[in-house]
Amino acid sequence: MKVRRAAAETPAVRWTLTAIGVGFLIFFLGLPLIAVFVEAFRSGWAPYWEALQEKDTLHAVGLTVLVAVVVLPFNIAFGVAAAWAIAKFEFWGKSLLTTLIDLPFAVSPVVAGLLFILIFGANGWMGPLLQSHDIKIIFALPGMIIATLFITFPYIARELIPLMQAQGREEEEAAVSLGATGFQMFWRVTLPNIKWGLLYGVILANARAMGEFGAVSVVSGHIRGETNTLPLHVEILYNEYNSVGAFAAASVLALLALVTLIAKTIVEWRMAKETEMLNAALPTEKTAS
Amino acid sequence: MSIEVKNITKRFGSFVALDNVSLEIPTGELVALLGPSGCGKTTLLRIIAGMESLDEGQVLFHGEEATHVEARERNVGFVFQHYALFRHMSVFENVAFGLRVKPRAQRPSEAAIRDKVMSLLKLVQLDWLAERYPSQLSGGQRQRIALARALAVEPKVLLLDEPFGALDTQVRKELRRWLRRLHDEMHIASVFVTHDQEEALEVADRVVVMNKGHIEQMGTPDEVYTAPATPFVYKFLGNVNVFHSRLKGPWAKVEQPEGDGKGEGGSTAFVRPHEIDILREQREHALAATVQHVQAIGPLVRVELTHESEIIEVELTRDRHLELQLNAGDQVWLLPKQVTVFASAKAEPQRWAPDWVI
Repeated sequence: MKVRRAAAETPAVRWTLTAIGVGFLIFFLGLPLIAVFVEAFRSGWAPYWEALQEKDTLHAVGLTVLVAVVVLPFNIAFGVAAAWAIAKFEFWGKSLLTTLIDLPFAVSPVVAGLLFILIFGANGWMGPLLQSHDIKIIFALPGMIIATLFITFPYIARELIPLMQAQGREEEEAAVSLGATGFQMFWRVTLPNIKWGLLYGVILANARAMGEFGAVSVVSGHIRGETNTLPLHVEILYNEYNSVGAFAAASVLALLALVTLIAKTIVEWRMAKETEMLNAALPTEKTAS
Repeated sequence: MSIEVKNITKRFGSFVALDNVSLEIPTGELVALLGPSGCGKTTLLRIIAGMESLDEGQVLFHGEEATHVEARERNVGFVFQHYALFRHMSVFENVAFGLRVKPRAQRPSEAAIRDKVMSLLKLVQLDWLAERYPSQLSGGQRQRIALARALAVEPKVLLLDEPFGALDTQVRKELRRWLRRLHDEMHIASVFVTHDQEEALEVADRVVVMNKGHIEQMGTPDEVYTAPATPFVYKFLGNVNVFHSRLKGPWAKVEQPEGDGKGEGGSTAFVRPHEIDILREQREHALAATVQHVQAIGPLVRVELTHESEIIEVELTRDRHLELQLNAGDQVWLLPKQVTVFASAKAEPQRWAPDWVI
């Protein structure tokens, strides 16, 4: 008689579960990805290449990159500062701050966009003040940057908080007791310890910054060749029945996603190694007393 | 450099971690802060290091006010229980850290750093591990590297927070002896925190026993062990039999050593297990007891007895045990060689060696 472990499923159950999982992946993730490239190349290489060369598309790519490049340094600074404060210090309102960091996850991006229109828009709270100084935030680049900042804010902090909590404060205290200044401590001890986690957060935040549609859509005003990022541009082209153009632009985003995935996998692998080191660095010997 | 702390009080919310603690540590002395967890010993150490703020009181280094000097400027070597080595740096870089972060004007040359680090690694006998990373070392090796790192900046004070707490017994013993040697060579004031009484008694010049945020007793290891100042110290250092308010029976005198006491409810008598002798035949003042359990532990034989409902522990030498040949169930008589009585928890102890002792 075949002996089976009590907790083991029958092969049938295992196969069914695997089939469901793989089927789901193919249907909802694999097929759309393939469809994007199939549609983009439907008329061949030349039209695809031409569509990408189009002036507004190029501008959209440039703008998308610009927004991400501006947003990421802010995000890194805020994310590291917030994670450091939450992970390493006790202060009043800490749990409130922890909750607030998650707010962008909880709020619909469209609502977030609308919030900024309410604040900075022509009829918003700060509208008259901004107009009197001739500062344009809504339907312009600053608004898109602010909206993207808001949306991508949690990624880096969320990634760093558990990492920094696990690492504790002792290494930093050791650095200070050895005479390091605050800056030396951060640069030589804190940052090297969190670098892979930070990079992971940056990759996620970057992917989101480039792909963000809802919030940016609300504050951008969809001005062609001016305030259209790549995701918005895809929508416009599609609505104009320019299928090749839309899918060509989408394929750029999809490629970006693939690059992000690869980078993410590499960083994850490095992080797993670091975590191993972290665990190994914890005391293994235990006392009897 | 000597360390002095004066009337230090530290609260965490409503919890009083340190309650008006004063302590003086002269240069060249190795002092152990001993106490159960939560007694405030680590907090006191961290206050001396400048890693924790204090609510009231003063810290003096060599007679100079240091209460508000920043941790990095105190020139204190700190060793953590869990080593706190920089895990992304090699052993060499860990030890070199304190030299590399010095202001440019004071920073030694690369060659000088190299010499210094290698000589420290030789001192801790780990120079062959210079290129390794902390994760590749054993616990004992890590702690030795942590010590070398702390010594690199030539601290005037060495503070160790349960330095051997995470190590196994063998490694601990070895490192203790080694710390003692190192301290004697350095001629600095060293303070180490421990909850292990054996460790404190074995290594330190002076032991500071702490409980619930205050100092119970300060003294040489011998003093605190043989002449505990409070019931707490009695119980914390070594095994002890406690007799509460014994008014009647053979040991009634315990209660009134000078014959003046009226037998207050709070008074207790302490007798160490090795200060009780077991007799086969009855004698005046001897306490009747029944042997429950006999166990040989190393050079001693531990006997557990009961008198009425009380459990009494006695330690005999192997020789004495051979003479007595005790077995569980035997009816025997007990005689104390020395009894310490506290009329109340705060009272001065009265040591009393009964005149009936053989």
